[in-house]
Amino acid sequence: MIDHTSRRSFLGRASMGLGSLALGQMLEGADPGISGFPDHGSKIKRVIVLCMAGGPSHLELLDHKPMLAKLDSEPMPESVTAGQQIAQLQGKELRILGPQHPFQRYGQSGQHMSTLLPHIGSVADDICIVRSMVTEQINHDTAHTLMNTGFRVSGRPSMGSWIVYGLGSDAENLPGFVVLTSEGGAQAQPIAARQWSSGFLPSVHQGVKFNSAGDPVNYVRNPAGVNREMQGELIDTVGKLNRFQNQMVEDPEIQTRISQYELAFRMQMAVPELTDFSSEPESVREMYGEGQFARNCLLARRLAERGVRFIQLYHRGWDHHGSIKDGIVESARYCDQASAALVKDLKQRGMLEDTLVVWGGEFGRTPMYQGEYAKAGRDHHIKGFSMWMAGGGIRAGHSHGATDDLGYNAVEDIVHVNDFHATMLHLLGIDHKRLTYRFQGRDFRLTDVAGEVVQGVLV
Amino acid sequence: MQFNRDVRPILSNNCFLCHGPDANKRQSGLRLDIREAAIEKGAIVPGNVAESKLVARIGHEQEMLRMPPAYSNKSLSESQKQTLINWIEQGAPYQGHWAYTPPVRPAAPSGSAAIDHFVTQRLREEGLVPVGRAGKRQLARRLSLDLTGLPPDAELVERYAKNEDQQAYEKLVDQLLASPHFGERMAVSWLDLVRYADTTGFHNDVPFNVYPYRDYVIAAFNGNKPFDQFTREQLGGDLMPNPTDEQLVASAYNRLNRLTTEGGAQAKEYLAKYASDRVSTTATVWLGSTLGCAECHDHKFDPFLTKEFYQIGAFFADIEEVGVFPRDGNYGPRHRILRDNDREEAARIEARLEKLRLDGKGLLPDKGANRRAVKDYLKTAAGSWTPLEPTKVWDDCSDPDIEGCEGLELEIKKEGLVQTRIVGDEKPRESVQVFEIPLRGQTMSALLVEILPSKGFDEFYLSRIRAQIRGRGEYALNLLFRDLVPDQENEEEGSLLRDTLEDNPQSGWAGKPSKEGVRRAMYVLEQPLEAEPTDTLVVTLTYNGRAARAVAGLTRLSATEVDFPELPGKGDRFNEITAGNSNWQEIRRLDRSLRSLWDRADECHIAHAVDEPREMRILPRGDWMNEAGEVVRPQTPAFLGEIPEDGRRLNRLDLGTWLASAENPLTARVFVNRMWRMFFGVGLSKSLGDMGSQGEPPVHPELLDWLAVEFVESGWDVKHLLRTMLLSDAYQRSSEPSPALLEKDPYNRLYGRQAMLRIDAEFVRDSALKISGLLNTQMGGPSVKPYQPKGYYAELNFPKREYEPDYDANQFRRGVYTHWQRTFLQPSLMAFDAPAREECTPERAVSNTPLQSLALLNDPSYVEAARAFAARMLPASSDDAKRIDFAFQTAFSRSASDEERTALLELLESQRQRFRAAPERAAELLVIGITPLPSSADKPELAAWTMVARAMLNKHEFLMRY
Repeated sequence: MIDHTSRRSFLGRASMGLGSLALGQMLEGADPGISGFPDHGSKIKRVIVLCMAGGPSHLELLDHKPMLAKLDSEPMPESVTAGQQIAQLQGKELRILGPQHPFQRYGQSGQHMSTLLPHIGSVADDICIVRSMVTEQINHDTAHTLMNTGFRVSGRPSMGSWIVYGLGSDAENLPGFVVLTSEGGAQAQPIAARQWSSGFLPSVHQGVKFNSAGDPVNYVRNPAGVNREMQGELIDTVGKLNRFQNQMVEDPEIQTRISQYELAFRMQMAVPELTDFSSEPESVREMYGEGQFARNCLLARRLAERGVRFIQLYHRGWDHHGSIKDGIVESARYCDQASAALVKDLKQRGMLEDTLVVWGGEFGRTPMYQGEYAKAGRDHHIKGFSMWMAGGGIRAGHSHGATDDLGYNAVEDIVHVNDFHATMLHLLGIDHKRLTYRFQGRDFRLTDVAGEVVQGVLV
Repeated sequence: MQFNRDVRPILSNNCFLCHGPDANKRQSGLRLDIREAAIEKGAIVPGNVAESKLVARIGHEQEMLRMPPAYSNKSLSESQKQTLINWIEQGAPYQGHWAYTPPVRPAAPSGSAAIDHFVTQRLREEGLVPVGRAGKRQLARRLSLDLTGLPPDAELVERYAKNEDQQAYEKLVDQLLASPHFGERMAVSWLDLVRYADTTGFHNDVPFNVYPYRDYVIAAFNGNKPFDQFTREQLGGDLMPNPTDEQLVASAYNRLNRLTTEGGAQAKEYLAKYASDRVSTTATVWLGSTLGCAECHDHKFDPFLTKEFYQIGAFFADIEEVGVFPRDGNYGPRHRILRDNDREEAARIEARLEKLRLDGKGLLPDKGANRRAVKDYLKTAAGSWTPLEPTKVWDDCSDPDIEGCEGLELEIKKEGLVQTRIVGDEKPRESVQVFEIPLRGQTMSALLVEILPSKGFDEFYLSRIRAQIRGRGEYALNLLFRDLVPDQENEEEGSLLRDTLEDNPQSGWAGKPSKEGVRRAMYVLEQPLEAEPTDTLVVTLTYNGRAARAVAGLTRLSATEVDFPELPGKGDRFNEITAGNSNWQEIRRLDRSLRSLWDRADECHIAHAVDEPREMRILPRGDWMNEAGEVVRPQTPAFLGEIPEDGRRLNRLDLGTWLASAENPLTARVFVNRMWRMFFGVGLSKSLGDMGSQGEPPVHPELLDWLAVEFVESGWDVKHLLRTMLLSDAYQRSSEPSPALLEKDPYNRLYGRQAMLRIDAEFVRDSALKISGLLNTQMGGPSVKPYQPKGYYAELNFPKREYEPDYDANQFRRGVYTHWQRTFLQPSLMAFDAPAREECTPERAVSNTPLQSLALLNDPSYVEAARAFAARMLPASSDDAKRIDFAFQTAFSRSASDEERTALLELLESQRQRFRAAPERAAELLVIGITPLPSSADKPELAAWTMVARAMLNKHEFLMRY
């Protein structure tokens, strides 16, 4: 027989390297991540990504291009487009479409933004606009894959999983990486669960998507007829049976299993409490506004308060291939107010300083129009687009980088997706080259083989 | 000192990145992976440490000059440096990489004894003593879970435990290897490797029929198809001479990659993605090699060149496909095959038909009597249709498939006619028309759909028809059809009608009544329906215009009682019906029977070679837009041995033959290593997907090679290989470690004990179904749909989808048959680490998470299984403690301990009181699922036992194979 001490020490050792290290640590509730991270001073504790899925038009929102208005309906210079990737405009005549909505200056900083974004304009002095984003993938599915995993071929961990793997999470009764979705404003492009997959990292780090209808988390509700006491009694019995077994069998997973049941039981309580907004004052609810995206933004704040490390919202409604003029008004109406409310709300609670909020899509849209002029839309565009960020360590009230006069190519201080990732990790106190994971003989990282911290967006 | 074990890993990990096979990244022209090259550059002077530049540089005082450089984030430990120094001192002997050298059978006793010979020898060297044999009950359970993915029947365990026969264990192994569940178990891992799924994967992720391939894999393992043949058929079954159905289906391997239908996708880009995916997958599955790395640059650790990546890609350049698929995902050849039982039936019918046709040919003169006979026949068969008069019709805008269906109204007219009216400005493109018809106890053998000409509704496009009976409890009953008869008798029309029964809204039956007159389609029921007085027939017709605005204007549904109905229509159809043959009546029946067999035949996308394979260029840095690269022809990597071309272009069949040939040093090692992982918990080389330089050298190289040679020489006999492993002492050991083993070999790499394994996701649910008695052991066929949280597909689009679980016996099929939606895999399966199968998965993760606990606790599958399990416990005894013993034997193949029994009895008693105090709770709990609840059930009692059963299904042991 084995004495108790050797069992203990085995548990400790066996957990290492069997991929269950983080699980062993979850016994204590919160997950401290892997040792050695953060590896330098961190500016932020958590990240909230507001993914404007579909590809919002930088030319109607964040990147003011007066030249386009002048050249409206003129042919696009071939010198710009020759040999470039093109999506639905393949084989079509390429003509310019002027900005469909006016821009104005906002805030003390005087940042230029569309009149469609008055609320985001009201936090202009808190955000840093990046106007020189580039990506490599021109279709939604693969562009999201690159934006989330740093590589064009799927199968690698998403950024949220990397971060939770490295840093763990302070959330005791909730997953460290939560995904929320909403739609409206344009055709809702599908979004795959692989976008929040942990890839080859231990699957405990995968994102958990909260459902917008039905139970917020799959299987979080007791079966009909079973109340909390009854379920509690059941889980107690399961724990008891598992403990008996733990005395008979040298299986190191039993102890973890017991803890996971306790955690599951706590989650069953924590999730309904989390999604019950009745404790939020009317003024706060009003600030966020109506609709699923607004609800998700408020939920994001509540998740942040509870220690969730990485919160990702997808609003599926920015794919304006046609009628962009009207369509984008709709999309902005869904997203403008709540996005700004989230920044304000975090700020008034003193949380903005240790949070990074990111707002942007998987790519931008072409200066050329698609369809007939009267119902013009814009196609997918990867050579230049915009995002904004706010929060700890971010140079607020600042604009970084620029595209050319046509809004086609990013030409100044170009920021590749890998650079964005490197910067985000840097703010979290992680050197993007050091957070690696060996899989099939290679050390992988979120930034693949590239990525530079974008100093220009940092304080 | 051994180069491969001791030195290569140090060089590979720290040096090869800049001084290895990749010529583009090579610094100072130095490579250390080839001895001559390293010597030529003076990096290594064999036997002379002082002169070897390598030694000087790894220990250099100046950081700038020290290797590996600081910026590489790599560094050598003192002991690693010493190893390199000792090695150079000893003359720096190299070995070819172990996995690239053909395996040679090392001396050992034959059969399973060889395994024990190597394992015991190594344990002895380490001063370790293996543990003893596992108990018989545990062995029976282990074997059953390992070979069938199911826990054993209690009586099988009992019989084996009491059997003193020396051969009993061996017989049990053979019995389980012969079980049809063996193939289902083995298929799960194979399907992970080849990334088999039911949907296209990218973007709209629509259904893609390849499930006959899944059945092929199951049958291959069950029939013990030699692995080399299995390989050839998958790579090139379609290229074999006169390929059989089976070989054609096997070639679907080449179509299992994800594909896109996204508007605006660039065809060339996606063809490059598909090619790359096929190369990476094939290399991982058979070669255990990470060839995918060579897409953009020569491999950094292994001698694969970029050119070779594209040469392997060129093998697949003949596959008929497009870069961007049509929205419904269907493109390229599909093969239809009859189901197993139908095959014989069809052959019988065909033979009979041939005889009837011959015998009666020209024997029916066109005379009055015959005309009258036909007329009488038609009067009954085609004239007995009664219009079904709906009491309620509506356009169901809640259907998530349908966008913008507002703007239509339906109006009931006389004689079952229903008129569509446009109320909006524009005619909607789509409509979901629901007809509610009270049946009042009539018998119905077939349903007739008629679409009549109506002004403003020129054409229609019926994508789906569904008929349900409501009024018999919580769930609607789906009516199943066996025989579909179109009014235009040609193959195309038949297959369009078939499409109306499938989920895919983008294919269906179309017509132009304005030009063609009334269009009719007849759906004959699988079994005549004897309606009960409370029954309501609900028919849903979905018009989902592939061509715009294809909603029907005037519709009528009719029913008949006739057992062999004909379509109504033209009065005089003498020639059409008889064709002058005196056996016309029997011919007509058999003809339809035959067609109904084909109507339910399986359909599978398969590979088909085009005459002119696509051009395959080396893409510099993987950039599909760069056309500067050289055009390459199909060929295998040079260092593994090229296939002689003999002046012809090599094809996939050549590749398949080469992959599983005795000359290929990798395939057999890769396969036996994976099998070892399956039955011993960790591979002889841990990295199942990488046998290259960065993979782990095997802990037992001789054993791996012995198994590989044994496998090849047995004729790639999979069951022989498994039997050899399972009959070894090593396999039969207890999984309980001794303190010494725990101390010195915590990860059990030396196999002094058996492993403790969590069973795979599919088998978790399979086990619950088996224990509860719900398991439906039917094999094969279209994928099935277990329960799934509502709204789980909310993020899918083009089209939007609502998941509909199977409300019939298919609910209880094994997990291997589950509908595999790549972008949103069924969440319980996912919680237990089933992969999405978007890419090749050589090994599943094994996690232990709260989401697993939630699934086992609250997924209706497990709640329903618990109820059924409870219902099995009750009649087992009248004594509560004995019932618990029965449950333990059933679930865990052992008896309960006193404390376990007590804990469960306490739970039982407490829950009993709770349910007795609130019987409505019992009623709520017991209706979860589709299994009917006997009206005689004592609900509080059954509910309390259901809680006991839930406790057992949530117990850790339930998930474990010890």
